[in-house]
Amino acid sequence: MSTNTSGENQSKPSQAPKASWNAFATPLIGKGVRWAARVTKHGGSAFPGKVVERIDPTFLARTLGQLPLGVVLVSGTNGKTTTTRMVASMLADLGLKVFTNPTGSNFTRGVVSALLTEVNLAGKLDADIAVLELDEAYAVHFVRQVKPRYALLLNVMRDQLDRFGEIDTTAKLLSHVAEATGGTVVLNREDPRIAALAAKAPAGTEVRYFGLDDGLKHYFPSDDDMATTVSVETGAGEGDSCGPRESESVLPADVTLTAVGDHQATFRMDDRDYSTAVRLEGVYNLYNAAAALAVVRAVQKDAQALGLPPAPTIRTGSLAARERAFADADADKLIAAVSRVTPAFGRGEIIDVNRSPVELLLVKNPMGFRLSLASFDPAGADTMIVINDEYADGRDMSWLWDVDFTSLRTSGVAMVSGVRAWDMALRLGYDQVPVAATDTDIESALTAFVNGNPGKPKHIYCTYTSMLKVRAALAQVANVADAGVGK
Amino acid sequence: MGKTIDVMSLYPKDMNIYGDSGNVLTIRRRLELYGYEPRIHQYNQGDAWPDRVDLILGGGGQDTGQKKIIDDFFKRADLLRSLAADGTPMLMICGLYQLFGEYFETVDGTRLDGIGIIGAHTVGRDVRMIGNLVEHSEQFGDVIGYENHSGQTFLNEGVRPLGHVDQEGRGNNGEDHTEGARVNNVIGTYMHGSLLPKNPAISDFLITTAVTRRYGSFDTSDQTPEQAAELKRLDAVAANARKTAAARPR
Repeated sequence: MSTNTSGENQSKPSQAPKASWNAFATPLIGKGVRWAARVTKHGGSAFPGKVVERIDPTFLARTLGQLPLGVVLVSGTNGKTTTTRMVASMLADLGLKVFTNPTGSNFTRGVVSALLTEVNLAGKLDADIAVLELDEAYAVHFVRQVKPRYALLLNVMRDQLDRFGEIDTTAKLLSHVAEATGGTVVLNREDPRIAALAAKAPAGTEVRYFGLDDGLKHYFPSDDDMATTVSVETGAGEGDSCGPRESESVLPADVTLTAVGDHQATFRMDDRDYSTAVRLEGVYNLYNAAAALAVVRAVQKDAQALGLPPAPTIRTGSLAARERAFADADADKLIAAVSRVTPAFGRGEIIDVNRSPVELLLVKNPMGFRLSLASFDPAGADTMIVINDEYADGRDMSWLWDVDFTSLRTSGVAMVSGVRAWDMALRLGYDQVPVAATDTDIESALTAFVNGNPGKPKHIYCTYTSMLKVRAALAQVANVADAGVGK
Repeated sequence: MGKTIDVMSLYPKDMNIYGDSGNVLTIRRRLELYGYEPRIHQYNQGDAWPDRVDLILGGGGQDTGQKKIIDDFFKRADLLRSLAADGTPMLMICGLYQLFGEYFETVDGTRLDGIGIIGAHTVGRDVRMIGNLVEHSEQFGDVIGYENHSGQTFLNEGVRPLGHVDQEGRGNNGEDHTEGARVNNVIGTYMHGSLLPKNPAISDFLITTAVTRRYGSFDTSDQTPEQAAELKRLDAVAANARKTAAARPR
């Protein structure tokens, strides 16, 4: 880890890339393009990033290289957005200045665009640490430019397989992230393909795990359990690098989720159980909180090792003061930070429409869909499912057949919509789930759905692009929060 | 009580990807709705072979999955060959379609044997053929699904494909406009989607063949009017799903 430094004048990492001659102008040009793109409504949010990548290819590495506490990279198939938001929100809660990329911009260009809005005209980013969500494929691209100090790798599931090919390929993508991480790699102990990446961490890089108590494992089937109910041995992928199999169960976890309840979770850290109320929805988000805690603890351990001067001697508001406060936060403070995290866009967000609480649930892959169905009781609520097949959703509809919908048999589904509404209706038909209406037009389907049974809670399961449409349509009739992760 | 039909799901643990289990579900449900009693046997490596098998469904898998089943698969090769020769209807998707062929040649030139039920061989390539696909089959009409494979399969002369595709860069090998293979009552194909729910014509071919071989003829005397109506409803939904899928981008 870095040597002892104090105050604001930390030396920049030696590997920080040289700026090109025109780099001084990058923030101005980038901001200009961003403004122009906004005013003319052309090019989308990543467009300024595209321009800057072209004219100043080292902008990303140079800007992130300034951060005194480095970069936390979060990747994996499920829960990236929520977990990134949790890590960022906890670090901010504990006093640090945090840069993070907004929802949906989880590719390199999106990060560049987000940076452009935050840097000042001298190209300086006013943050102590960056927490970045990156899509698996773009994470590989990213680590070629920026070596993260921390990597949090969540899971590999069948998601958008048409894009990456196979799950083992996805695991291989993430192994490049582990290889590039300089400080600490935090891994999901319960996902064999992720746990096996420990072997990929470079010498000197620490490996930590987050895990589940045995009693909770049935909530979280691994990808291999998806196909059948028979559990599969660990070490799928490259057999040689996995190490002895018995290591799976004895790997010590830095943070373990030991109990869950209604808006309630218990985490075990250093052999002590900490229970807290949480504002997060769904069991899987509680496990994401354990992942976030583990990475925050890794960052904190490094901050403690900095050998900062005692608090009274530090100027208030300085970096050293923030680091000191962060390093001094005890486990209770960390847990309190977890309790204050709010759900992210489409991850159990509740919107009030027509006196009905409408819960928006993003589903991207069989595992996520299954976990959502298990987390939200259909009894006493109306259910709508919206399935699109745009590129961001995945073109292949096969995944719907890997989800078990029989839990909806009794309540039925009030409305099925989206481009692939008929595929979804067919899927439900073969699971003998009654479907009251099918309408491929999202707006008219949504209107009919939210106006039925006023006052009755509603669950809407949506794929990514259909979620955007549903939110836009709901915004016409209700108060919908900004989709971004930013404050 | 309806007449029993024994359906085998071949290696569901390791050769089942992209919703191939939807095919098993579809066969089971349609048999029920025709008034028969499906008995599903999940056969994984090392399991005992059931006394009777009327219909076999197999899926795709990752390379690791194929490695896990291969020893057991060769032990069952003679049995599978005799069942196929005998006319047992089978549907083999992707990975098992390739293994039902004569051999697979990997990118580095290594040859892996198949069991030779289908006169075809597959060559590993770096390019993956991925996307929505419609193929035209004389017997089944348009077959609608989603292909996702890097192996390119070439049929021996005289081996019938399941169907033909309009464009190059898709189907068995991207070159000769064929997709899948049809040998006796064995169908091999790259189509996921899942295949059977959106292609009831193929489902019903497999079902009627299995029933006829076992009971001499296919009849629906045990079918209730409610079951007939539900089947009709499912097929109407499938027709809509087919129409959408056929118009979607690759």
